Amino acid sequence: MRIQSTEIVDTFAEAFKMWGARVVITAETADWTMAAARAMTGFATSVIGCKCEAGIERELPDSETPDGRPGASVLLFATSAESLGKRLVERIGQCVMTCPTTACFDGLEAEDSVVVGGALRFFGDGYQIRKKLNGRRFWRVPVMDGEFLVDERFSVKPAVGGGNILILATDTGRALAAAKAAVAAMREVPGVILPFPDGVVRSGSKPGSRYKALPASTNDAYCPTLRGFAPETELPGDVTCVLEIVIDGLEVADVEEAMRRGLKAAAGDGVVRITAGNYGGNLGQFKIGLHGLLA
Amino acid sequence: MALTLKLRAAPEVPLEAEMIRPDTLAGLGEKEVAALAAFHGNRKVALGEFFAVSGKANGEVRVEGDLANVKHIGAGMASGKLVVHGNVGSHLGAAMSGGEIEVAGNAGDWVGAEMQGGRIVVKGDAGHMAGSAYRGSRVGMTGGEIVVHGNAGNETGNTMRNGIIAIGGDSGDYAGVNMLAGTIMVLGRLGIRFGAGMKRGSIVTMHEAEVLPTFTYACTYRPTFLRLYLYRLRGFGLKVEDSHITGPYKRWSGDAVELNRGEALIFDG
Repeated sequence: MRIQSTEIVDTFAEAFKMWGARVVITAETADWTMAAARAMTGFATSVIGCKCEAGIERELPDSETPDGRPGASVLLFATSAESLGKRLVERIGQCVMTCPTTACFDGLEAEDSVVVGGALRFFGDGYQIRKKLNGRRFWRVPVMDGEFLVDERFSVKPAVGGGNILILATDTGRALAAAKAAVAAMREVPGVILPFPDGVVRSGSKPGSRYKALPASTNDAYCPTLRGFAPETELPGDVTCVLEIVIDGLEVADVEEAMRRGLKAAAGDGVVRITAGNYGGNLGQFKIGLHGLLA
Repeated sequence: MALTLKLRAAPEVPLEAEMIRPDTLAGLGEKEVAALAAFHGNRKVALGEFFAVSGKANGEVRVEGDLANVKHIGAGMASGKLVVHGNVGSHLGAAMSGGEIEVAGNAGDWVGAEMQGGRIVVKGDAGHMAGSAYRGSRVGMTGGEIVVHGNAGNETGNTMRNGIIAIGGDSGDYAGVNMLAGTIMVLGRLGIRFGAGMKRGSIVTMHEAEVLPTFTYACTYRPTFLRLYLYRLRGFGLKVEDSHITGPYKRWSGDAVELNRGEALIFDG
């Protein structure tokens, strides 16, 4: 199958069951909202090394936030509800509560939830105030610019992590341009985030390593410098650069839609092939076929 | 079709009609409802003596007429909707734990006294002691929402521990007296000595107010949590100005004769 001159490989992305949460951050200005959102989603590219994956889903206008201030929604994913709860406490506590004028709200409706504000409240050293509005509990934690308002609990739900596409291009410039275009198209889809820097990762990995301590190592089959040296290569002769886009979503349908848009946006001159990373279907719970997305 | 009770004639002495609540009347037919016993003063009467009953309760009960002398309507209810077209007497929704009561007119004293949950909306005025504890009782309202579009009398939220009382107009004296926690919001003017003896909780007003000397000024700031409350009140149709949502409030801590963990937030726009 081809889109323009780009070959779409008949393979699938192998995605994993994760747990996800949506955090709504607000502040006095959009600048401070985004400062908190960026801080919260920093060092959250991969569960392998960061314990969670996170990204900014979108900016929210005043009319869409609980307190009528500029907002941003952040999605955060981890391998279990328990781990997700810990990450939320860490990141909201260290990155949102610390940011001037912010408040932090649960942005999801789900059956399961984890305690977040109920843990962060202890920072208030006994001066914190609990409020209950329309069945929802909040904590007002006194801070040096006033109060930090945070939901007591945040909803969590089963989600999907590790949807991906691999863009194989003739040179770095074309690979970057294709990846940028794909990222822009994917970010239009609600309910997904692309956790790597500006949505793109160059250090794609394979499971395992010759070094026992490492759970993952470089994806040598896609490294152009290893062509002819590594045991096998997946690179056609004219490919010199491969970039990957990883997609996490609250629903598998959201991940599929993002991948579909990404495939269409990335294809074109200089992109020889688009494929997807998988582990033979043995590890992940979701198999997202590229041809099926375009059918 | 909702069950409708239409008052035939206003009772001369109080009629105690605590059975008028959607969950108690659920599934009953017109005759069964009319046969329910009520007290007219100290005389036991059939409800049908005072009300013309029509329809069948389907989770909603409508009551029509000047019920100013009918007490305990909706008291203890746990679910369903009760709509009163007219004025209603004292103890409306007292100790209720769920459901919704809507009154198109005025309500008497003790609206939602010791209520635990649910919502009461009074489109007119409410009497004294809304959301309060009964005399001798240790705790007043512990949950739910009382929304009064008009004015409220004295001792609103006396010893309340949780929930919200919102007054669209003015409140009488001693609002939030001995308050344990919860929120009282008065869009009009507060009477004197509000928050006397309060331990925790919030009393909010949009007008200048005379603060007790046992309260301490803390700062003028814009409380984020209040924005959520004010948006909710606006949703109930109360007149909340944009400036109330975005503007600054003076925070006073009190009452120092107690825990001193309560607060009065006075709009400073």
